[in-house]
Amino acid sequence: MAKITLDNLAHSYLPNPTGEDDYALKELNHDWLDGEAYALLGSSGCGKSTLLNIISGLLHPSQGRILFNDRDVTMAPTTQRNIAQVFQFPVVYDTMTVRDNLAFPLRNRGSDPAYIRDRVQQIAHMIGMEETLDRKARGLTADAKQKISLGRGMVREDVNALLFDEPLTVIDPHMKWELRTQLKSLHHEFGHTMIYVTHDQTEALTFADKVVVMYDGRVVQMGTPQELFETPEHTFVGYFIGSPGMNVMDAQVSGDKAVVGGTEISLGKAFGTPAGKVELGVRPEFISLSAGEAGLPVTIKRVEDVGRHKIVRADLQGTEINVIVEEGENISPDMNRIVFDTAGVNVYADSWRVAPKVA
Amino acid sequence: MNKTVNQKAWFLILPVLVLVAFSAVIPLMTVVNYSVQDTFGKNEFFWAGLEWFEEMLGSQRMWDALGRQITFSAIILAIEIPLGIFVALNMPKKGFWASLCLVLMSLPLLIPWNVVGTIWQIFGRVDIGLLGHTLAAMGIDYNYTQNPTAAWITVIVMDVWHWTSLVALLAYAGLQSIPDAYYQAAKIDQANRWKVFRFIELPKIMGVLMIAILLRFMDSFMIYTEPFVVTGGGPGNATTFLSIDLVKMALGQFDLGPAAAFSIMYYLVILLVSYVFYTVMTNLDKRDGH
Repeated sequence: MAKITLDNLAHSYLPNPTGEDDYALKELNHDWLDGEAYALLGSSGCGKSTLLNIISGLLHPSQGRILFNDRDVTMAPTTQRNIAQVFQFPVVYDTMTVRDNLAFPLRNRGSDPAYIRDRVQQIAHMIGMEETLDRKARGLTADAKQKISLGRGMVREDVNALLFDEPLTVIDPHMKWELRTQLKSLHHEFGHTMIYVTHDQTEALTFADKVVVMYDGRVVQMGTPQELFETPEHTFVGYFIGSPGMNVMDAQVSGDKAVVGGTEISLGKAFGTPAGKVELGVRPEFISLSAGEAGLPVTIKRVEDVGRHKIVRADLQGTEINVIVEEGENISPDMNRIVFDTAGVNVYADSWRVAPKVA
Repeated sequence: MNKTVNQKAWFLILPVLVLVAFSAVIPLMTVVNYSVQDTFGKNEFFWAGLEWFEEMLGSQRMWDALGRQITFSAIILAIEIPLGIFVALNMPKKGFWASLCLVLMSLPLLIPWNVVGTIWQIFGRVDIGLLGHTLAAMGIDYNYTQNPTAAWITVIVMDVWHWTSLVALLAYAGLQSIPDAYYQAAKIDQANRWKVFRFIELPKIMGVLMIAILLRFMDSFMIYTEPFVVTGGGPGNATTFLSIDLVKMALGQFDLGPAAAFSIMYYLVILLVSYVFYTVMTNLDKRDGH
């Protein structure tokens, strides 16, 4: 178990990177605290797997350093870092039995046979594969194989960190839930530092204490699920987290007033006069429909009933706006205005959040 | 859904039937015909029954040739398969050097058999050959025309030179299909080089390896041209393998009956061994299947 420090880290797959665009992973300073469970969330190609492979030592960064408990391991090979990693697609040793698969990392490190036997039994119980322990891994289903991979990742108790690279992609939905819960309880039990890469926000938010959102090779925000939901630091975070994501609309902001499409609304807080491309970000949960004269004029396009609530798709002068309406509420045809709850309005300048001025 | 029945479709396979008849069935039947008859020339034939088969089975000459043949096939398999795997493991995975290696490796496979024979025949000659002359100059008693051991070594080294790249290319193709994640997982599991080979690489190339073994066995068991060109089956009968002996018997001595009986038994042996290989391979596939 260890604290992992990334110091000025950056990586490019090109031999001679010139501009910022050549970097798959842009300069990054970050501490992964000992014993925390992190989720690394982002769309494909945002650099999250690159980052994971640098931490595990499968890839050496183009610049910067990685420290495990303040010891420089930047150039240390994977075997010296004592980490466990589970990959997106199941990696099992086909010709071995399930038992041998699980015991493999321990045997390679010369653990005591009696300990290996107990530990393997324990892990098999955890992944629910006690009955198949003596079967050959060849020919098992994809999710059984992935469970073996997970088990092999968890079998060592002394690892510095456990890394997961979208491990549940090939698993059936109901199994996903179960395995994620098991991973979480495992984390509580042993307190390993865990880093879990995923592009699935539900997975990230349910698994982790802290979610790290990456976008275009950069960490755009790190925070608890609640922070990501209430105060997205970047429009991408707002858009990527939430279903549907945050509404973003062009605006002119001055003090505690904003002008959106010619209509002035109050923001409740003062923001000064932010420079650059100014946008308002409001989550669908903080918007309500109204039939009055107040608010922004919209045209309702359609209403989708997803069971626990309704999603209203509306048009605000060419910008699509999503509004979440409680199941019980009625939507009438004369509702042509939207009103924001000012607690949920964020202001963005060039995609980055502007903090309100404290009065 | 009803299947359309059209018996005229049988005509579509007629060209293939004719081709196979002329290229395989009719010649084979001629051999069968010879094997049960005796002839004294003038196109006169007499029924001989299984006499030739009995004679061949009791013939020391045939058993000796079979022994040499099996020894030869076993030796070249024992060298070419591990060597081919070793070469494949050490070939570059991608880039310019990988392409260059592939081209270099395929070159021996493109050379006609008798040219391979000629190359080694000259290469090994003590008077003008680079290999033979060098060895002689170093004081090593190497003369494949007089020394049986030298003749064997020459024929085996020639076959290894000619065919190891086939095994290497097949194994290389198998190795290329292993996803990187397997190697990464092995690093994380702290598996050593031998374990990576034993538990990741070998299981993944087992399928193509079986094909390589089958191809190399069949080809080496039927080898004729190269040893014939280099040693002519000598010195004495030291490198007279089955097919060389067969040609001597059929065309040299014109013993059509015994030679035909010999051919049929030769054919059955190859068929039997290939069948065993085939069964083993399909069983391997089945094991993968479920």
